[in-house]
Amino acid sequence: MRMDLIQPFINSTDAVLAQGLESPVSIENLSMEQEAYRRNGIAAEVNLTGEIEGRIIFDVEVRAALQLASRLAGVEVSETDEELVREAVCELANQIIGNAVTTLNDQGFHFHVHPPTLHTSAQGSKSSEDTEALVMVFNTASGNVFMNVALRHHCPGALEPALTT
Amino acid sequence: MEKFAPVTRSEDGQPVRYLIVDDSVFARKNLARMVETFGGQIVGEAGDGVSAISEYERVTPDIVLMDITMPQMEGIEAAEKIVRDHPGARIVMVSSVGYQENIVAALQRGARHFVQKPVKPEVLYEVIKYVMLDDGTTTRSKGAGA
Repeated sequence: MRMDLIQPFINSTDAVLAQGLESPVSIENLSMEQEAYRRNGIAAEVNLTGEIEGRIIFDVEVRAALQLASRLAGVEVSETDEELVREAVCELANQIIGNAVTTLNDQGFHFHVHPPTLHTSAQGSKSSEDTEALVMVFNTASGNVFMNVALRHHCPGALEPALTT
Repeated sequence: MEKFAPVTRSEDGQPVRYLIVDDSVFARKNLARMVETFGGQIVGEAGDGVSAISEYERVTPDIVLMDITMPQMEGIEAAEKIVRDHPGARIVMVSSVGYQENIVAALQRGARHFVQKPVKPEVLYEVIKYVMLDDGTTTRSKGAGA
């Protein structure tokens, strides 16, 4: 998978989480997915359509999700506020992926972002020959945040920004 | 949350009335909390573009804060329909997807401004003041600091 497609996701995750948590975030691991994705906490899925199609799963460990929801809501959020925590994770996914797509679009890659949906199944689909998946693990003071990016090159010409303008 | 000098309507000194449109309840609550620190009043909420149009008709707000990516009808289309029927409508797009084509499309269809998520209160505050320029005044309340 091309790093110029991935880098905006890393940058926006770093920026949005650091702003939300008001503490530094580091990328702990980055690997190609070999097996089907296993959910780690509370997860949202965002689908992209356009010249590059695919899906992104934004998956937050419960402790980190609670911390982020509390920060963003401005009130202490507990595990019993399940709906609020899920909403917070979906909104964060929307912000992170939206920011990354903004960068990619301004570089000449054209996407349409669909609203986030909760990813509730324990296991996601496996990557395939035409859909490479990359898993990024971000370490925050409150726990880990996972991002699984699976993109398919819908239009070979679309990979070169200069050709799309 | 930081306190801001209230933005009020010049005609009667009353609080600016907001309609907040976002498919995320969490985002709506966050924006509501933010504009309340600007002295604003939330008069309506909607979770998609179709409801936004009917809510606008019902509450005739001073400002609409409108998300772009929403189910049923997206924000830019809803903004266009509202402005077509209400040319004086003040619509500020608030979205995480802030690429140039989107911003240009929103402005061409009648939106007054664009704010990218995650929203910084101080940025939204300046945008609200700017958008209300033709009809708003900013008053500094005791103890408030922008």
